[in-house]
Amino acid sequence: MTITNRYLLKAAMLPQGDRADVLIVDGFINSVSPNIFDNEATVFDVSGSVVLPGLVDLHTHLRQPGREDAETVLSGSQSGAKGGFTALSAMANTSPVADNAGVVEQVFRLGQEAGLVDVFPIGAVTQGLKGESLSEIGAMADSIAGVRVFSDDGNCVFDPLVMRRALEYIKKFNGVIAQHAQEPRLTVGSQMNEGNVSAILGLKGWPAVAEEAIIARDVLLVDHVKSRLHICHVTTAGGVEIIRWAKARGINVTAEVTPHHLLLTDELARSYDPIFKVNPPLRSERDVMALREALADGTIDIVATDHAPHSVESKECEWQEASFGMLGLETALSIVQKTMVDTGLLTWAGVADRLSSAPARIGGYENHGNNLTIGSKANITIINPDATWIVDRDLVASKSRNTPFHGYELPGVVTHTFFNGLPTLIDGLLVSKKAGS
Amino acid sequence: MRHLLSVSDLTKTQAISILDTASELARISDSTIKKLPTLRGRTIVNLFAEDSTRTRISFEAAAKRLSADVINFSAKGSSLSKGESLKDTALTLQAMGADAVVIRHSASGAPQRLADSEWMRGAVINAGDGTHEHPSQALLDAFTIRKHLGKGSSDLHGLRVAIVGDVLHSRVARSNVLLLKLLGASVVLVAPPTLLPVGVESWPVTISYDLDSVIPTVDVVMMLRVQQERMGDLYFPNTREYSRYFGLNSERLKSMSANSIIMHPGPMNRGLEITAEVADSARSVIVEQVANGVSVRMAILYVLLAGQPLEAGNK
Repeated sequence: MTITNRYLLKAAMLPQGDRADVLIVDGFINSVSPNIFDNEATVFDVSGSVVLPGLVDLHTHLRQPGREDAETVLSGSQSGAKGGFTALSAMANTSPVADNAGVVEQVFRLGQEAGLVDVFPIGAVTQGLKGESLSEIGAMADSIAGVRVFSDDGNCVFDPLVMRRALEYIKKFNGVIAQHAQEPRLTVGSQMNEGNVSAILGLKGWPAVAEEAIIARDVLLVDHVKSRLHICHVTTAGGVEIIRWAKARGINVTAEVTPHHLLLTDELARSYDPIFKVNPPLRSERDVMALREALADGTIDIVATDHAPHSVESKECEWQEASFGMLGLETALSIVQKTMVDTGLLTWAGVADRLSSAPARIGGYENHGNNLTIGSKANITIINPDATWIVDRDLVASKSRNTPFHGYELPGVVTHTFFNGLPTLIDGLLVSKKAGS
Repeated sequence: MRHLLSVSDLTKTQAISILDTASELARISDSTIKKLPTLRGRTIVNLFAEDSTRTRISFEAAAKRLSADVINFSAKGSSLSKGESLKDTALTLQAMGADAVVIRHSASGAPQRLADSEWMRGAVINAGDGTHEHPSQALLDAFTIRKHLGKGSSDLHGLRVAIVGDVLHSRVARSNVLLLKLLGASVVLVAPPTLLPVGVESWPVTISYDLDSVIPTVDVVMMLRVQQERMGDLYFPNTREYSRYFGLNSERLKSMSANSIIMHPGPMNRGLEITAEVADSARSVIVEQVANGVSVRMAILYVLLAGQPLEAGNK
């Protein structure tokens, strides 16, 4: 007996604005047209909702191995599915560090077992994230994890020679270096954006130039060696200007912005509540506006969450003692709607590009970002843009609670997520892997 | 007013009422019976998570003169030095029934964290947090200035104050800038550019890099301590050069205007930011600042815990 998995999404609004039904059969998008009828399919009436290609996060901290108290690959996958993601990229700063084939294969397998999203491990650029010698980049690329994105995120690949060699080495398999741009000497002990607010609060400043100096250096380096560079979490208007200049010169650089940097500013540090402590730090209103504009015009290619779960005790303390980082997966799409769509800066087609197609292209994730093309893997996110919800840190799927948006009323409710043709989220509720089939 | 975390918590009226209360209390302190029964039965905890002698003693004396019970909780030898979290410390103090916590902490914002949390209910008084603020110091400085140069006025209108030295790391400077502005004085900051914070442009002050040109134009020269640990950190070439450009010596003392005074929050580095003969000169009110500190801290406790300023004649 052959069992087929058939799902029919009725009256969906496609990213381009047309209304259509979407039929999913055995993991693939079977057809997209105005009036599909299928007696065997499970039908979801999604009228009024937008159907997007499944969201792809190029920057996620899943904390496993090492800090399973804060997040695991499974809980992070659940958090991702709830936020509409079908692919996550697990950052390398675990314990032990993902600087060898063993760790990236372990993370990859855990992702497969969880089965809610594709988990693509990111490999460390340097051994132990120390910035001194290259990690086993080739072995990670050739492992079953097939790593293509390399990053020391959390640390900057500071030494220009190490950065040059890494950029050159990854050309062998069309890899990409995702740089955490932070000049270490300019940010010793830094706590928050350096400016009017830090001056008043007496918290050590984190100058914009510490980010911009590295971006400037690295776009020149990547141009010289003709490789591929991705800038993680751009936060400053000056950084945007440098990337705009580099792209105009034809330099092969892409860039990301986080949802929180599209909305929050350093004014929030006035509370001294470390829930707002993040690396890189929240910047000024002027920077926020420049980032939105850059995301709209394509200077910044993608939104990436930098989802960074932390235990309660690492945030329930003095600002300077607290860990850097914020949750991001479950609020990302709502924040993008609020800051980009509802402001008229980006269409839903633009959202599909910035949160799915473009990150899938940068990461080389073939089964993702296919923009609902017939015959492609059915990785799909459905959002009701007219509904609103109130963020509650006690109701997140993540194991941690450190969302800066607790209590915020946000637009856009992710109702359904399909991963490889099977629902992982139905009416806002997570589906366990087995129940979905 | 429930807490005193920053000078920005104060209105001008509140600041003046603290200074007026301090004046009344100072008169009482001069009498033979120094003690008032106002805070009998109340518990005040001195939570000093960073070394400090003078501020702790000053708050302790203030609390005792108001008949409060005082518990000292200092960094060395306490659970604070054993990695106990601020939260657990606060929960402990709450369990002990502290009515007020006077907190000194190396982390900017730690007092506000205590006040905003639900860990404890008592009043929180900031006795210096990191490089943020030191409001009781600013109040005692204003009290001292008013006493010498106020000419009977309730505020500091028309007075010019120079704050000289490491503004970047100084909680005393931050609180003084806010309070002096609130009370109508004008402030000039004098420091090497490396020791002024980025963002100082937004402060209600003028900036100078030239101490010699400023000194004859001000009524108060307030010197800041140069922290020993800053010296290896590229802020200035060496201590000799710092003293030459930003130290208060007898040459500069001579160019001060008539009736002007010299202040320092202590502890002083004699020979670095201030020479011994200047510190001990007739213009120096540094020792008096210490004495005034007790009266002003009594006034802060009085206003926060007794719930009202002490009116003249209301004893």
